[in-house]
Amino acid sequence: MQTSSFEPWNDPDARPLIRFRNVTKRFGSFTAIDNLSLDIYEREFFALLGPSGCGKTTMMRMLAGFEDPTEGRIELAGQDIAGIPPNRRAVNMMFQSYALFPHLSVWDNIAFGLRRDRKPKEEVAARVEEMLRLTRLENFAHRKPHQISGGQRQRVALARSLAKAPKLLLLDEPMGALDAKLRQQTQFELMDIQEKTGTTFVIVTHDQEEAMTVASRIAVMDEGRLIQVATPDRIYEEPESVYVADFIGEVNLFEGRVTPEGEGRFRVDWAEGQPPLVAASARSFAPGQACFLAIRPEKVAISAERPADADNAVQGRIHDIAYLGNLSIYHVQLPSGQIVKAQTSNTRRIARRSFTWEDTVWLSWTATAGVLLAD
Amino acid sequence: MNRLSWFNTVSLTLGFAFLYIPMIILVVYSFNASKLVTVWAGFSTRWYGELLRDRAFLNAAWVTLKVAVASSTLATVLGTMAAYVMVRGGRFRGRTLFSGMIYAPLVMPEVITGLSLLLLFIGIGLDRGVLTIVLAHTTFSMCYVSVVVSSRLATFDLSLEEAALDLGCSRAEAFRLVTLPIIAPAVISGWLLAFTLSLDDLVIASFTSGPSATTLPIKIFSAVRLGVSPEINALSTIMIAIVTVGVIAASLISKRNLVRQRRDELAAVRG
Repeated sequence: MQTSSFEPWNDPDARPLIRFRNVTKRFGSFTAIDNLSLDIYEREFFALLGPSGCGKTTMMRMLAGFEDPTEGRIELAGQDIAGIPPNRRAVNMMFQSYALFPHLSVWDNIAFGLRRDRKPKEEVAARVEEMLRLTRLENFAHRKPHQISGGQRQRVALARSLAKAPKLLLLDEPMGALDAKLRQQTQFELMDIQEKTGTTFVIVTHDQEEAMTVASRIAVMDEGRLIQVATPDRIYEEPESVYVADFIGEVNLFEGRVTPEGEGRFRVDWAEGQPPLVAASARSFAPGQACFLAIRPEKVAISAERPADADNAVQGRIHDIAYLGNLSIYHVQLPSGQIVKAQTSNTRRIARRSFTWEDTVWLSWTATAGVLLAD
Repeated sequence: MNRLSWFNTVSLTLGFAFLYIPMIILVVYSFNASKLVTVWAGFSTRWYGELLRDRAFLNAAWVTLKVAVASSTLATVLGTMAAYVMVRGGRFRGRTLFSGMIYAPLVMPEVITGLSLLLLFIGIGLDRGVLTIVLAHTTFSMCYVSVVVSSRLATFDLSLEEAALDLGCSRAEAFRLVTLPIIAPAVISGWLLAFTLSLDDLVIASFTSGPSATTLPIKIFSAVRLGVSPEINALSTIMIAIVTVGVIAASLISKRNLVRQRRDELAAVRG
């Protein structure tokens, strides 16, 4: 994979394009951003992910210049940008509502920012044509925004915000108004355009799948704080907290007490009368510490007999089956009442499926499949 | 189309008859050939001709037009500014009081508005004439403009202005290039409303006009005191025509705008 070599965040010499330094933002008595520090590097596709009200939109509005931090500094290319109005920043934004000017044609919408810079006519025209080509809108240049489809409007908004070749492009829920199929297609187009233009993108989204698809790194936020900042695969496979594990994708959580067994292996006592679970972890835990063992449904195998060599195996009864076509998710109820999800790929036709409702089955997984998280 | 029931037909007829029979009589008699207003002597446009030769009426018409254009333009500028501050100013101290006070002239008796303006003009030693009528008309029509414009601004997507700022506009440029073109239909219909209000006004104008400047309604009112003449009927018909055109234009513009806005919103929802 070519992208694996792009890891400026691991390079101690790399200078970040954006630095949040102990930034706090309050609205009256409400703290939207709480003493937050974050570096974003050039050419990154950076996603701010979190539930609504987590502060991700405030972060973006501070970068755009619509809000100023209450405390702390925000640097863009080494320069403190507090107090610089939005029209003097080399930052452009694509709005969630697209905010296309209804009285101007697609062409004039894209040219709007260039004309504000008093650029010569030919230069403006050349740049607009380039943007129209990039977003495949050549045939719609003279239509008004209400005469084109939602997907096209989304591309006009993108073209308009990219036209001034900003150092940084902010995207506020850019695919929020598109239906699922168009959204997937648009995500790939967006990544393509980001690579072609080499612009740094910061995207705000509440859709974890979207963040996983497009981003080079994801910052998971909650209540004005960063919970974890990492690449999508690390966020998914090595969440650092129960919050992140639970927020990104599906997860089964076993609450228990941990006992170190040496060589990075731990025993987790989780229920009366049940054999302890075994998990590997690079982190250290004190004996008896409260913890969660997080395990993804696709890493749980389901079988009729107890697998002989499994590190972990629990028995339960199939409570529900969610058939999604390509996948089936089995909801298995353990004797303790806890529901554990196990996911299988439907590589066979449905007629030959091995389990059905009320069947007693074994769930098993290896010691390295789960992640051990402190409470 | 639904057919109207018997009851609805009657009430509709009665209502409209009540509203329009006096005006229809006036319009019909303006085409009367006879000098006696109450005796019909055949169709003629004679009184329209007479009217055009009457210097006093023409003068009054010219004053009325000047006052209407000047005051509605001034009222539109001030009313739009007031509406913008009321809708966009955020929650500043005394906002509720201010917005209430902007709309107060809507319900204030005209006699009181006229009287208080008269006292003011005498107090500051301003000679009554065209200027004082313009100021007085601006005062009361400004709140109508502000009502029309602020109802449009209330549904205005704020991110449009933010997008303009983001793309390099100063606040003033954002208003001129984005906000104003979008709210233009509301501003124009506000202007037309102020224009027709100024044409109509008798009470406030009679307080604030002087010997040098008389508006048409004042002229008509004083002429009628000496007896109704067919000339007055002709003049009134012309004024009805102008006001009707103004009101219809204003409502058409705001309706078209509403339809367009709704269509855009629908299209946006459909994505």
